[in-house]
Amino acid sequence: MNQLTYTLQIADNALILGHRISEWCGHGPILEQDIAITNTSLDHLGQARSLYQHAADMFNALPAEEKKTLFVSAALQAKIAKDEKIDEDDLAYLRDGWDFRNVLLTEQPNKDWGYTVVRSFFYDAYNFYFYTELQKSKDTVLAAIAEKSLKEVTYHLRWSSEWMIRLGDGTAESKARMQEAVNHNWAYTGELFEMTTADKEMLAAGMGVDLNAIKTQWQKRVDAVLEEATLSIPANAWMHSGGKEGRHSEHLGYILTELQFMQRAYPDMEW
Amino acid sequence: MNQFINKNLYGDYGDKEQATGASGTHNTANEWPLWEVFIRSKAGLDHKHAGSLHAADAKMAVENARDVYTRRMEGVSIWVVESKYVHASDPFEAASMYEPANDKVYRHPTFYNLPDELTHM
Repeated sequence: MNQLTYTLQIADNALILGHRISEWCGHGPILEQDIAITNTSLDHLGQARSLYQHAADMFNALPAEEKKTLFVSAALQAKIAKDEKIDEDDLAYLRDGWDFRNVLLTEQPNKDWGYTVVRSFFYDAYNFYFYTELQKSKDTVLAAIAEKSLKEVTYHLRWSSEWMIRLGDGTAESKARMQEAVNHNWAYTGELFEMTTADKEMLAAGMGVDLNAIKTQWQKRVDAVLEEATLSIPANAWMHSGGKEGRHSEHLGYILTELQFMQRAYPDMEW
Repeated sequence: MNQFINKNLYGDYGDKEQATGASGTHNTANEWPLWEVFIRSKAGLDHKHAGSLHAADAKMAVENARDVYTRRMEGVSIWVVESKYVHASDPFEAASMYEPANDKVYRHPTFYNLPDELTHM
């Protein structure tokens, strides 16, 4: 059960951030970056798919009674009641907001290129160290997904670090707007390293990642890039949390409305 | 802020900037320069011209090239060069430049038999 919850935490981060980034498709500041950010979005969606497949396999293997307790969504409960197997699409399209376990950072609005870059940078730096460690997981499927994803994430981090520096150490206006974006997104970074029950149990079982350990590496990387970008970390240390437990900001509702519309309006539609 | 859209024909680089001088107020002054991209599809082959793109500097040009031109596994190596550094022959001089070679068939290695194992010739 913890293994399933843990996999969903990772998968939901990938899906929600991937969807957020995909909102730039056709709206990028220039053609080349439109393509670049859409590529990244597809990387995240690809990772989400693999993770949801893994989660669905674990879910389908659960005893019938346990299945009923996991998700609130009526649409999913209906499938479970009919004793149907679920798949990756069901997990993406049929769960409700409180079933999602992504961190609040990933659901923050794009707002502008600066906010988008800062959000990606904080997450990419986390994701890089997270997947590096997850490669050692005793869950061989998670380890394999981590190994494959790390190549993509390494490039994501390179891309977002570069934009942090380019705009932070850019013009007076770009710097001011990047600092504003850092100040806003900073309060959502604490949650990245919060250990839920699933995190703790998976770590104890040799399948999860010690988030406290990667926090040090993350902090070091963030400090280095921010220094080069001539940006500063806000003094206010108060942090939001709740996403990993299913308590989300209003933004997630809007994301799911768009993301899930087709499957909710036309159940089991294929194209 | 309404400087983002302007007509940009292939090969236009340089001309507009020149017309207005380095500190000109023409709307291309804020545009990123154009770069030519060369991709090597596999080790051992040569880099081939893949297309062009806009980027603020060489580093960004390589990264943009990665995203624009190697998404479908087209390459293992990228070269970029700012388009203004490419010097071209004048199309109006094509007759005098190239036609004299037309009747010099003896310059072609057509009289050799190539072994079948030889590729990329």
